[in-house]
Amino acid sequence: MQGIIRNGVRIDESFAEAFPMSGTGILITGPNAKWAMIAAKTMTGFATSVIGCGCEAGVDCEVSPDETPDGRPGVRALLFAMSSKDAEKQLVNRLGQCVLTCPGSAVYSTVKGEFEIKVGDAVRQFGDKWQMSKAIDGRRFWRIPVMDGEFFCESKVGLTKKSVGGGNLLVMGADWESTMRATEAAVAAIDAVPDVIQPFPGGIVRSGSKVGSQYKGMGASTNDAYCPTLRGVTKSALDPDVGCVLEIVIDGLTDAAVSAAMRAGLKAIIEMGPEKGAKRVGAGNYGGKLGPFHYHLKDLLP
Amino acid sequence: MKPFTFTLRQEPPQRVDLSALTPDRLAGKSLADIEKIEIGTTRASTKVGDVFKLAEGDLKNVRYEGGSARFDLIGAKLLPDFAIHVEGDVGLQLGRLAKGGTITVSGSAGAYAASGNEGAHIEIKGDAGELLAAPLAGELAGMSGGRVVVRGKAGARAGDRLRRGILIIEGDAGEDLGSRLIAGTIVALGKTTGRVGYLNKRGSLVLAKRPEIGPTYIDCGAHVLTFARLFARGLKADSEAAAAVLSAKLQRYGGDTAVYGKGEILTPA
Repeated sequence: MQGIIRNGVRIDESFAEAFPMSGTGILITGPNAKWAMIAAKTMTGFATSVIGCGCEAGVDCEVSPDETPDGRPGVRALLFAMSSKDAEKQLVNRLGQCVLTCPGSAVYSTVKGEFEIKVGDAVRQFGDKWQMSKAIDGRRFWRIPVMDGEFFCESKVGLTKKSVGGGNLLVMGADWESTMRATEAAVAAIDAVPDVIQPFPGGIVRSGSKVGSQYKGMGASTNDAYCPTLRGVTKSALDPDVGCVLEIVIDGLTDAAVSAAMRAGLKAIIEMGPEKGAKRVGAGNYGGKLGPFHYHLKDLLP
Repeated sequence: MKPFTFTLRQEPPQRVDLSALTPDRLAGKSLADIEKIEIGTTRASTKVGDVFKLAEGDLKNVRYEGGSARFDLIGAKLLPDFAIHVEGDVGLQLGRLAKGGTITVSGSAGAYAASGNEGAHIEIKGDAGELLAAPLAGELAGMSGGRVVVRGKAGARAGDRLRRGILIIEGDAGEDLGSRLIAGTIVALGKTTGRVGYLNKRGSLVLAKRPEIGPTYIDCGAHVLTFARLFARGLKADSEAAAAVLSAKLQRYGGDTAVYGKGEILTPA
């Protein structure tokens, strides 16, 4: 494929195709940063892809005690789904099973959106009529007695339908080690961008998929064009110097956040250069027919 | 822009009802029209112009230069985003059924201040009379939202039948603080006497000085409560001292078990 070259890294003249999603999230605080993170990680576990998990979720950032409503260390977790109904169901389930149960946790709204999801209002009945409502500054909370004290939870959190899922980068390198080095650098750079998550393990997916399959009834299957072991035997998209491909998938609360994240990721990969890191960067799309958000790599170059 | 100002000419000869002088109800009226508004409460006539000298200004912002214990119903049914300031004392039912906005009084307020308040932020720099934030006779619930801060003392039965919202009393509170409390939060920094939290259903009483607590309240032990930390932050702008009380470890007394009993008295452990 004809490409642009930046610092020796080939950039495909391609674009990432992304879809509208319903985005929501919660701010979890804990007695210390460790337990806030445990609650957030547990709640966003098994949430890599909407295909099999019902939602895509991850940790956006840690929040310092000065910025949380109760002055304790916090973690902001975001959750994305294909419909607001799915997002609500997933969030309430995960909150009830993973955050309510987590020692010391409290939950606050952190996403500004056009809609609201009942969270505290949904789990309050766990209090078996001992729960107490408290309102301050226009926000309402529930105090639910639990075995380590009280679970404190905001009654409603925001949800926006203007979220974007499926921003991506295909990082191609000579071997697993160098490709991973470049991809990890990009993941770290994207971590610093607010309002986005990278739902896959460590932010990275190695089993990118294409639409369709040779088997009946399978909607998606391995992206053989990008499998290095099939280079030559299939209609490959890989050059002779590419021996490994890793993908970064990005979900964001806004179009702008996803594009900022992709820009940050690209910058980190290009800065590392082709010797130590990736030889080439591409992006996944379905020909532009499926998703309304197109992130052209050439527009995102540093 | 300068506030719309009512300057006191002289103490009115009778109690006056100032509920007509909220910013929204003055809108579109000329000074002459306003001067003609009847505010007397007896058969003798008293008009705005008899009591006040008017100065035109920003109608979102009404100011009274000079107050009187005869000024009833100031800021009644006040709407959000409007402000009223009184330089002096006020009479009965300050901010009665106010929906929002802010009311500040540099002096003291009479009985039933903030009665039925639904969302206004009311600050009384002096003392408040009896039945602060309470319902009028026959009403089932008292204040249902907003925030009231009294820098001085409050009279008997402050927060009676409080349903929602926050009441902060920095001075001493009269007898039976938080009687028949339905819900909401009362913070009292001074002394409290009588049957504190009598027949409290599910409200929170935060008392800086632990009073004699009735036998129908049960000691639940000392706890660090996340809600208290959040409230401490939220109340800091209004009262540093109230925030300090809520930041500490709190002894919780559950009650009033003579009734529903899901409420509490919290006091520093």
